[in-house]
Amino acid sequence: MTTHVLGDTAVLTDRSLRHILRSPDTIITTAVTPIALMLMFTYVFGGAIDTGTDEPYVDYMLPGILLITIASGVAYTAYRLFLDLQGGIFERFQSMPIARSSVLWAHVLTSLAANLVSVVIVIGVALIMGFRTGASVAVWLAVAGILILFTVALTWIAVIAGLSAKTVDGASAFSYPLIFLPFISSAFVPTDSMPGPVAWFAEHQPVTAIVDTLRALFAEQPVGSDIWIALAWLVGITIIAYAIAIAIYRRKIS
Amino acid sequence: MTSQTAIRVRGIEKSFKDQHVLQGVSFDVPAGSIFALLGSNGAGKTTLVRILSTLLKADSGTAAVHGFDVAGQPREVRDAISLTGQFAAVDEVLTGRENLVLVAKLRHLSDPAVIADNLLDRFSLTDAGNRRASTYSGGMRRRLDLAMSLIGTPPIIFLDEPTTGLDPQARIEVWQTIRDLARGGTTVLLTTQYLDEAEQLADRIAILHQGTIIQSGTLTELKQLLPPAEVTYVEKQPSLEDVFLALVGEQTGSDSSTITTVENGTAEDGTVPGRRDPR
Repeated sequence: MTTHVLGDTAVLTDRSLRHILRSPDTIITTAVTPIALMLMFTYVFGGAIDTGTDEPYVDYMLPGILLITIASGVAYTAYRLFLDLQGGIFERFQSMPIARSSVLWAHVLTSLAANLVSVVIVIGVALIMGFRTGASVAVWLAVAGILILFTVALTWIAVIAGLSAKTVDGASAFSYPLIFLPFISSAFVPTDSMPGPVAWFAEHQPVTAIVDTLRALFAEQPVGSDIWIALAWLVGITIIAYAIAIAIYRRKIS
Repeated sequence: MTSQTAIRVRGIEKSFKDQHVLQGVSFDVPAGSIFALLGSNGAGKTTLVRILSTLLKADSGTAAVHGFDVAGQPREVRDAISLTGQFAAVDEVLTGRENLVLVAKLRHLSDPAVIADNLLDRFSLTDAGNRRASTYSGGMRRRLDLAMSLIGTPPIIFLDEPTTGLDPQARIEVWQTIRDLARGGTTVLLTTQYLDEAEQLADRIAILHQGTIIQSGTLTELKQLLPPAEVTYVEKQPSLEDVFLALVGEQTGSDSSTITTVENGTAEDGTVPGRRDPR
């Protein structure tokens, strides 16, 4: 018997994309908080922050803001997956002759699509606020690639949360630490302004390497070793989160 | 496999932690019949249906559905069955039509749109077809749920408490659908806690109690377990349901307040079961 992984995934992705199109507030909510942060940091705190460069603060901060956007966006993936499990629709899918992994992949692809839209909205607002880059198409593709990897990594963490949550609130609570991680990184202030242990943590957590890479790309500077550290983190997190999510899923459906 | 036995269950056991929910359940469901699994809440009906529809693995025992082992050939089983769970498994955000198209596509059928339109028509949902399922009444939702289960005409259908929570009219509609299905040759295994539902619909009834089938057979066979029928005359009072249905203009075919012969003088409450088969 043939499996229809691709076809089934496409059909189920179409389904959850319709969910998003019918409640576009999920995309707007995802974009609103990062935009508010961006406004506040640029027009309230930004003047007092010494980044050690003379680039506009919005340029300095945008990479971190984009990561916060994605970190809050994946919470909806956990939420939607949890609702599928709660209602009977998940069991209906499982009792049908479909490729079983396609149920999860559909949520992952939907998360990618939704987060890309939110990111584009946030970048649009940043451009209005004076964000400028001379990045070429190739560099933009590199930025997009890193953001996609970041979304995939966090989405698989969201799948773990969605599959194992007991309540709706629990399903999205996992995203709070992820949203705060950029604050303890080089996203808003240089790490050398932080006290010793905090600076050490900030320099060795994944967000700093990712933020530094994105910032260098936007500023047309060499990315150095940051990009490899960032990629290693992203691929590593994706593999581990994927393995855990699949293990939980298997246990759930057998 | 022989086409005689659609579902064959032998010694199925299942425990959850210290709860021994199923303690060796065995029965056969002949192809094309309606089989009712009767039991009170918590008797293990849903657990059994979940095992038969490959959602749950039994601790021991075997079950074959449409000739395929539920543990060893789950994919083949899923191809032959359709499950309508206890809670209407419809996508509330999608419209009725989209729900049907979704299932048709997942069953890899050609012309999902045509299938959807036909089913909307058959279940009197055409007018509501383009409305989101979240706006449907309980009965409409159940009908949509059933319609989704019929897509691809699986030979075996599991209905877990199909009428729980429905109002009397919706209940009669669902019954009619189930009868139509069986007439078309589909094997129906339904669970219910309503005695009258089993009595109305089922060719065979199995009573699941404390983890085992304590009795099974046709309605006549089950009735013979009790003392032989006496003939008594009772005045048939209309049941509240008769009154309700008469007032809201639903035809049940039941004529009230007539003198009726009751077989088996065990109708303790002195009335004939209110609903008649509206066939």
